[in-house]
Amino acid sequence: MDTTSSSSYQLNSVQAKKRTGSRLLTSLRRNWDLYVLISPVIVYFIIFHYFPIYGVQIAFKNYIATQGIWNSPWVGFKHFQRFFDSYYFWRLIRNTLGISLYELAVGFPVPILLALLINEVRQKFFRRFVQTVTYAPHFLSTVVLVGMVVMFLHPNNGILNELIKLFGGQPISFMTEPGWFKSVYVFSGVWQQMGWSSIIYLSALAGIDPHLHEAARIDGASRLKRIWHINLPGIMPTIVILLILNVGSIMGVGFEKVYLMQNSLNKESSEVISTYVYQTGLLGAQYSFSAAVGLFNSVINFILLVLVNRAAKMMKQTSLW
Amino acid sequence: MEKQSTGDKVFEVVVNALLALVCIVVLYPLIYIVSASISNAEDVLSGEMWLLPISFSFVGYSKIFHNPEILTGYMNTIVYTVVGTAINVAMTVMAAYPLARRDFAGRNVITALFVFTLFFSGGLIPSYLVVKQLGILNTMWALIIPGAVSVWNIIIMRTFFQSSIPEEIQESASIDGCSNLQTLWRIVLPLSMPIIAVMILFYCVGHWNAYFNALIYLTDRDKYPLQLFLREILLQGEMDTMVGAGDATHAKTVMDTASIRYALVVVANLPVLLLYPFLQKYFVKGVMVGAIKG
Repeated sequence: MDTTSSSSYQLNSVQAKKRTGSRLLTSLRRNWDLYVLISPVIVYFIIFHYFPIYGVQIAFKNYIATQGIWNSPWVGFKHFQRFFDSYYFWRLIRNTLGISLYELAVGFPVPILLALLINEVRQKFFRRFVQTVTYAPHFLSTVVLVGMVVMFLHPNNGILNELIKLFGGQPISFMTEPGWFKSVYVFSGVWQQMGWSSIIYLSALAGIDPHLHEAARIDGASRLKRIWHINLPGIMPTIVILLILNVGSIMGVGFEKVYLMQNSLNKESSEVISTYVYQTGLLGAQYSFSAAVGLFNSVINFILLVLVNRAAKMMKQTSLW
Repeated sequence: MEKQSTGDKVFEVVVNALLALVCIVVLYPLIYIVSASISNAEDVLSGEMWLLPISFSFVGYSKIFHNPEILTGYMNTIVYTVVGTAINVAMTVMAAYPLARRDFAGRNVITALFVFTLFFSGGLIPSYLVVKQLGILNTMWALIIPGAVSVWNIIIMRTFFQSSIPEEIQESASIDGCSNLQTLWRIVLPLSMPIIAVMILFYCVGHWNAYFNALIYLTDRDKYPLQLFLREILLQGEMDTMVGAGDATHAKTVMDTASIRYALVVVANLPVLLLYPFLQKYFVKGVMVGAIKG
């Protein structure tokens, strides 16, 4: 008999509250196999996500391997203090924020523009072609992407420098000049991800009521006007949500690509918090210190996420929660 | 098609031109790499070859296929990808199906438990210590178990189960005496092949391209995945053993190095490129299903 779920909808709220406990019991009895099914996943999350969160306390301790996390002595904010006082602190903040904000400023609007453009294409074949081509780089690995960047930007025989020489310029050593690091990072990212990131906006565009366009057309609106007054507002909720998510990870510049693009010559503009945590923590074996640096990073991220979400809520009534 | 004003016609031309430009910018490097990998290194390095190959040479490929480390890396990556993806997809279904059921009490709590980890994590060092304590450092499990399932994919799959598999079918199956697991196995999964294809693609590409976990958890070179060897060859210039230093002049070394690099990029991406056209129609759908409620 499968009436439990439908009959429980008919109960009024007071009765429903009384029944919550028994509902769990009924569900446990009837769906015990589903609980068994999901239990390995719950165990996985506890071990690999919640246990590390519990382990964050080593940031406030002097971690001694033989004592384990629990028995190592507390030292309060000592490691945080050392980080704030260190020579690297401002450089790390400047680079981490700099790369993120640059990426947000360039990388965030491009997929929106691309989606708006693709949405205007009438020929089915061309539309599919553009999509297939622009999605493809998403599937390259970071190692391969950085390898390609290095080859194309090589000062002696990289194709971009050949082009610069062709127009009479001096070849630029993009990978070793600190001043170029952020631009190379951001624009190679745009090249790789713009198509993929545009998918979500395209799906939002597909959901816009065609009647709006018809009405606007009858009123004599040009296509540009219709993009501005119908399409853009139509995908605004999606834009806001993705913006919130992006700002929430503003301090979390990905380790992978920065680390691969880094070399001893461009370090002053390429060292970010995540690569610093890896270097001091794992390679230098200062577990507690770099856990403190990592924690500082996630806390700032979390605060940013909450703040931006609140701001978006006040302005637009669109928010994550 | 209704009549267009002059402004709209101009607009149409501009849109198409811009998109054509985007396509050229995205495609050029990809075509160039493939052409360079099968061309004479001299022509590539001198800048004679700028789009399509003008001469042919397969030095790079032959060097790669005679290099034991690259072949080991390739084999390792295949094993990690197959085993890892199988575990990923199984875990995703195991989590998504119960969470999609309306009569599964506690699903909100469990979903919240999963989603919370998207916004807050212990970070690199505590995660590393967990893996170390489990004693799986330097084994292939260190590359597979810590990323056994992704929250986003659970959400995408749950949404698919809820929106595309009619509840009535499942109810009637249960009236006919199917247990929950039989319903999942015989009715839900066969109807979910499109989303499972998407999951396989996402997870496969993830494993194929991953290098971070291998970098921090592996020390034995014979367990390295392809991406770690790629990193050495593409980015760290450790080519001496491969080009056979000693007998070669400097110029020849430079050229062989270039050929090997271009060929490597092609070889490393070949499986993904081969899968891509078959799975393309699925993955866009998959991303969109996720986008609706994501």
